[in-house]
Order: sequence, then C-alpha cells, then structure tokens
Amino acid sequence: MVRAVDDVSLRIHAGETLGIVGESGSGKSTLALTILRILPPAARIVSGKMLFEGEDLLERSDAEMRHIRGKRIAMILQDPMASLNPLFTIGDQVGESIRVHDGASRASAWSRAKELLKAVRIPSPETRVTQYPHEMSGGMRQRIVGAIGISCEPRLLIADEPTTSLDLTIQAQYLNLLRDLQRQYHLALIFITHNLGIVAKMCDQLAVMYAGRVVETGPVSQIFNSPAHPYTEALLNSIPRMTDSVQRLTAIEGQPPDLAALPTGCAFAPRCPRAFDRCREAAPPEFSVARGRTARCWLVAGSGTA
Amino acid sequence: MSTQAETIVLPARFRWRRVSLRLGDFPLIPTLILVGVALVAIFANVLAPHNPEIGSLAARFRPPFWQTGGNTRYLLGTDQLGRDVLSRLIFGARVSMVVGFTAVIFAGVIGTTLGIVSGYLGGWVDQVIMRLTDTWLALPALTFAIFLAAIVGPSMWNIVIILGITYWTRYARVIRGEVLSLKEREFVRLAVVAGCSKWTIMWRHILPNVINSAIVLGSLMLGVVIITEATLSFLGVGVPPPQPAWGLMLSDGKQGLMVGRWWLTVFPGCCIMLMVLSANLIGDWLRVKFDPQLRQL
Repeated sequence: MVRAVDDVSLRIHAGETLGIVGESGSGKSTLALTILRILPPAARIVSGKMLFEGEDLLERSDAEMRHIRGKRIAMILQDPMASLNPLFTIGDQVGESIRVHDGASRASAWSRAKELLKAVRIPSPETRVTQYPHEMSGGMRQRIVGAIGISCEPRLLIADEPTTSLDLTIQAQYLNLLRDLQRQYHLALIFITHNLGIVAKMCDQLAVMYAGRVVETGPVSQIFNSPAHPYTEALLNSIPRMTDSVQRLTAIEGQPPDLAALPTGCAFAPRCPRAFDRCREAAPPEFSVARGRTARCWLVAGSGTA
Repeated sequence: MSTQAETIVLPARFRWRRVSLRLGDFPLIPTLILVGVALVAIFANVLAPHNPEIGSLAARFRPPFWQTGGNTRYLLGTDQLGRDVLSRLIFGARVSMVVGFTAVIFAGVIGTTLGIVSGYLGGWVDQVIMRLTDTWLALPALTFAIFLAAIVGPSMWNIVIILGITYWTRYARVIRGEVLSLKEREFVRLAVVAGCSKWTIMWRHILPNVINSAIVLGSLMLGVVIITEATLSFLGVGVPPPQPAWGLMLSDGKQGLMVGRWWLTVFPGCCIMLMVLSANLIGDWLRVKFDPQLRQL
C-alpha cells in the first residue's frame, strides 16, 4: 500500500490563489483528483474531510458529486492538445457542461459558448464555435479548455499544470488570462505547478508538497523571503538566476523517496543538508512558524509552537 | 508543435487536394459491383424476365443461350424445375444484400455496444463480457449457426438473427481494445471532470470515436456473412426453398455438375465470389483510409 497523499490540510478562500508545488510524484495531481473524487480505480480515500462551502465532499453520493464536478468545482487539465474531442465542434464542447448541468438547449449553450470564447479572448468567436479542435493553435486550445473550466461559473477552479505544454510567450498570456478570470468571477483557484516562477506571479498562498505531504504552507511572499523548510529552501535555490556566474545549476542531491518504502522519520531527511538525529527517528508534525505559516520540520520546532 | 503549425496555415484548398489524392486508390470496380448488386436487388421485380419461383417442367435443364439447346428466352439456362437461372440470380441478390447488410449491422450493434460498455466500465463487467466473448469465439461459428438454425427453423429473418449473434464477438473485441486506449485520452478525462455521466461519455465521446473502426470491420464482415449465409443455404438450413438464394442454388445444382450442367452452380458461385471479393476490397481500402497512421503517408 502506498500513501500517495497523507495528512494534508489546506485552506483556500474565495478569490484566493493557492499554489501547490512539488516534484513529480509528490502527490500534487493525486490531491487534485481527490478533491474531485475522480481517483483511478486502484486508489482509495481512506479518511479525512474535504469541506467545500460548508459541506463535506466525502459525504456526497456519486450522483451529487457529478453535479458538483464541472458546475461548482471545475478543473483544467494539463494537455490542451488532447483535452478536446477531435470530433466535436468547439461550440459543442464549450457548451457541454452547460447542457449537462443546467439542462440548457443546444442553441443557448452555443450562444453562451460564444460569450465564453470572448471572455477567454479568442478572436471572432462566431466562426470559432463552428470549428474543430484541429483548426486551432495550442494556445487557443488551452484557452478553450479554460473556457470550458469557467463555463458553469464554478466557485473553485483547479488548474493542474495548465501551461506546461505551451511555449513561453503563450504561457504568460494564459496566466494573465487566468488571473483576470479569477478576479472577474471571484474564483478560488488552486494552481498546481512545479514552476516557482509561475507561483510568484500567480499565487497568494503556497503549499509545498514532498512525498505526499505538505511540508510548508504560508503566504507566497513570506515563503520566498524566508523559507522555513530546508526542502523549500533547496527548491528556491535551484531556480537559475540571470545574475549567476556559476556554470552548473544547483540541484537537490539524491532522489525523491519511494512512496512504498518511506524512511522512518522525515521523508526529506536522507537528502537534507541540515538533518540531525531526530529527523531520522520521528516524522515531524506540522509546526506553526508564524501566523498562517506552517512547516513540517524539526528545525522550526524550537522557534514556533507545535 | 510543427504539426500544429501545419494544421493552421494549410489553406482549405490544399487540404482538399490531399483528400482527393488519397482517393487515387479508391476501389472503383468493387464499389460498382456492390452498387450494381444493390440496384439489381432493389429493382429485381423489373429486371427479372421470369418468375423465379415458378418454372415449367417442359423447359428443364436448358443450357445458357450460347450453347446448343439453349435459347434467348432463358439467357442463363434453367434448373431442374425449369426455373430461369437469371431470374433466380436476380432475386437471390435480394437475399444476399438484405441478409448481408442487416446481419452485419445487427452484429455490429450488439458487438459495439458490448465492446464500449466492457472497455469503458472495466472491472467485473469487463470480465463477464470478455469471458463470454472468449467462450463464443471458442465455438466453431458455422456449427453454432447450424445449431441455432436447427432450433429456430429456417427463414430469412431468422438467418439474420443467427448470423448477428454468431459474429458480434469480433466487434466486441476490436471495439473494446479501442475504448481501452480512448478512455485514457485527455478529452475523456475532461468530460469526467466536467461532470458528464458514464453513459453520456460512452454515447457522446466514445462511440463517435470508434464508429470508424466499426464501419471498417463491418465491410470486412460483409464477405464473411454472405459466405456463411450461402453455406447455410447450401446445407439446407438457410433460406427455405422455393425462395431463391445463391447458396441454395449451388446446393440444388451440385448433382448437375457431374453430368455437365455447369450453369446451375457456376453462375451463383461467381456471384458469391464477386460480391465477397468486392466487400473485402472495399473493407481493406476503408481500413487504410481510416487508420490515421497509414493515412499520413
């Protein structure tokens, strides 16, 4: 048995952006799938609570969850090239959620689709709705996927690495768009990425994940200025800087642990430059570092309160 | 990235040219044959010079008109009951067409439905349907069809049903395989995330993406089904006499071969062969045309 996501506690308010960063396999995407309850068949949610507008999502039935998915909690997937069904027009796909959730007619879903395309800044939406995905560029397709995400005006939008497959100029445009949409609709946005630059640009709050656990949370600016967890610090140090004269990029020594065989103690201890005996003996609980900041590290045990 | 750029800048005219280039290997003759047989089947009443079920015993075993003893009244000769072979061939086309197409569609509907459900839902549903398919495939198709025909009795529509429930397994297998890869595609996951129900996803997102394969398979199955129908008729458990069917004509004419009455078997045999060959050639062409990897060439 593997605990892909373990003992994670997060909080997000309307209009706020929460960034989740971590290496591949740290449980970021699994966390997103858990929130929507669309985990692969082999995965189970063992225990916990997911409060959304005061209701525990884990207590919803499958049918109720289906009405929440896409309607109140929407998600933008990674790959814009593959996210659209090649056989349907853009209008049908953007309008699909509206038809599924609000029982709208095809015609009204289409006219809503045109408005949404305008909202995601796609030129001449009247002709675009009649076209097929292969007639669009990658950036356009990703914006269309974004339009599908906001089509039912969700309260929470989860974006799982939405820009990894876009080139840099289009990335920047898309991030601006997402931020504008978030302000406009007063969305809560969970932004999953491994790009700290994007976090700095987009997010208010940050959660750093390592081996299925959140090792540090807090406001982005505070974490960037003074990371409390050695892993966060190492991540920040590994960002290449224009002013650096060194030839080699800074990397974190070692490999992320095998989730099936986690070390006793802190999962990061084998790679941690500041690990001491206690780190290898017991896993650190979540310590409060400052107001609204936590870290899972014995180093802050003295400075903060458990 | 390069393919993406290509798709955008290609003007519509250029894309049309690529389509028409690909039509270069279109199987024209097989299509003409199949369309011809279909037209003959539809207008059998007008085209047939004689009633196919009533003959005159005085005119038994007439050879085709170009042989001595033949005349132009019976262009392709007559059979042991004095029925006009040409008229029976023309009406036999009806049986082959109707049985062929409806049985292929029937098998396709059963097989595609089960394949989609099996592939998409997975789990025990998949296990049950696939073990059933395995069992079905282990039965010799022809023996199974004869067995069913013996139970329900011979009639044209019974033959359609029998062929349908004999041959659905191939669709189920092929379609399930396609669905297994389709359901991992991002657009299916997006539909899940958007809150579509399983049935909506299967109907709206999966089915349109497998329908091509089903059509290709159907065109290949058409040949198999027509042969099986002819075989069943030949064995006496197919379309009941006196209704004319090509397989039945072969069966009735087989004793004649020994005494030189070749026209009783050669003509229906050629009809069956041409139609099956045409169906297979068209099927092959469709298979290549719909396969995106081959199409890129």
